[in-house]
Amino acid sequence: MPEEVLAIRHLKKNFGELTVLEDISFSVGEGEVIVIVGPSGCGKSTLLRCINGLEGIQGGEILLRGTPVPKKGKDLTKVRQKIGMVFQNYELFPHLNVLENILLAPMKVQKRTREDVKEEALAMLSRVGLESKAESFPRQLSGGQKQRVAIVRTLCMHPDILLFDEVTAALDPEMVREVLDVILGLAEDGKTMLIVTHEMQFARAVADRVIFLDNARICEEGTPELFFDKPKTERAREFLKTFSFQRKSRKRQEVS
Amino acid sequence: MPDLGFEVLLKGKNMARLLGGLGTAMQISMISVAISIFLGIIVGILMAWKNPISRAVTRCYLEIVRIMPQMVLLFLVYFGSTRAFGWNLSGELSAVIVFSFWGTAEMGDLVRGALDSIPAHQYESAWALGLSSGQVYRYIVLPQTVRRLIPLAINLITRMIKTTSLVLMIGVVEVLKVSQQIIEANRMSSPNAAFGVYLVVFLLYFAACWPISLLAGYLEKRWR
Repeated sequence: MPEEVLAIRHLKKNFGELTVLEDISFSVGEGEVIVIVGPSGCGKSTLLRCINGLEGIQGGEILLRGTPVPKKGKDLTKVRQKIGMVFQNYELFPHLNVLENILLAPMKVQKRTREDVKEEALAMLSRVGLESKAESFPRQLSGGQKQRVAIVRTLCMHPDILLFDEVTAALDPEMVREVLDVILGLAEDGKTMLIVTHEMQFARAVADRVIFLDNARICEEGTPELFFDKPKTERAREFLKTFSFQRKSRKRQEVS
Repeated sequence: MPDLGFEVLLKGKNMARLLGGLGTAMQISMISVAISIFLGIIVGILMAWKNPISRAVTRCYLEIVRIMPQMVLLFLVYFGSTRAFGWNLSGELSAVIVFSFWGTAEMGDLVRGALDSIPAHQYESAWALGLSSGQVYRYIVLPQTVRRLIPLAINLITRMIKTTSLVLMIGVVEVLKVSQQIIEANRMSSPNAAFGVYLVVFLLYFAACWPISLLAGYLEKRWR
């Protein structure tokens, strides 16, 4: 059993009257890749936001390497360095160029030297094929390039766990691949990741374990093979059906 | 071509006096602008706070400044304070007080608008990287706010420069007052001087504000 990086116990979250997450419990081991899927509005993104304290929680606990994630203040800031998050809309800082975007947090938060981080940043940029864009500004990049920079920016903080919140949802289809390939590469490296996505093919390829959320609860949990091929619950079967297409009839058959 | 009375400006030290008047106007406006920008940033942050008390107080302040004509404020500070508190404020000081009071409110509102226009996601992605709230403001929010502010602030600065012409009403001898004096003194010898002198005043104001607009254009391009 690998060491437990993140543990969530009986997490409860509501926005006023609306219950968004109810009794969520699971844990993520070192080097494990967990993909969270589920219909829109089931609370997937909120779950990620709760983990690094962007949303408050109403019950239960979130433990990072055995210590609870604080609600706010300096301690939360410290823990957030250990939890990397990549957002749907990249959220690069538009007034800084690619390199400065990446260097900011390691230099200001972790007080590392510029040379040290720069070397690492350039190495990572070249790994995602963007070494020539180090001096570019975010507005000069395509969506897929921005998202790769956002991933590098998060990686340079050396987080214990990476959270990906529908990172390809805002991209044009042909750019999805380049971003997902980067994430697949990270999985190969043994990074611990929690991924929310609507790309089922990708989920199947990258996941060690799939969690299916529906109606604020964990509805099903299992290996990708089991979940995608033999889903246990009716809800999961219905959900997966929305991703496969079938014509009821074929014109050729009609003719004959 | 009709006689526009330009020759008046060449008499004696008239041109130098006019430039001196412009200097006084620029001095008052630049000091006020500097104070307004500094205090305006603080007031703007208070305005953007979710705290209802700070919102109410700054809102009242802004409304008062917007409703009161600057002239009334000038009279209130220059004449009113003498009667009420026995203070003997100079015209220049009164002007600086009034223009700073006005500029701070307007600047504050611009800062608030610029702060509000920074999307919530920018804060979140910075927090997610482990930046503290102070660092988020310093490295992410303020630089972006400043970039959005530049064109708006330049507009305010030029308005402040132009509005300094009001201070002649409380006895400050600035460019407009000097030009009136020149015209008065030469009423007999060149009765048409008003046009020429005021035209020069117009050009002087233009010369003062134009470089600021150019600077704004340059910064906007550079920071786009």
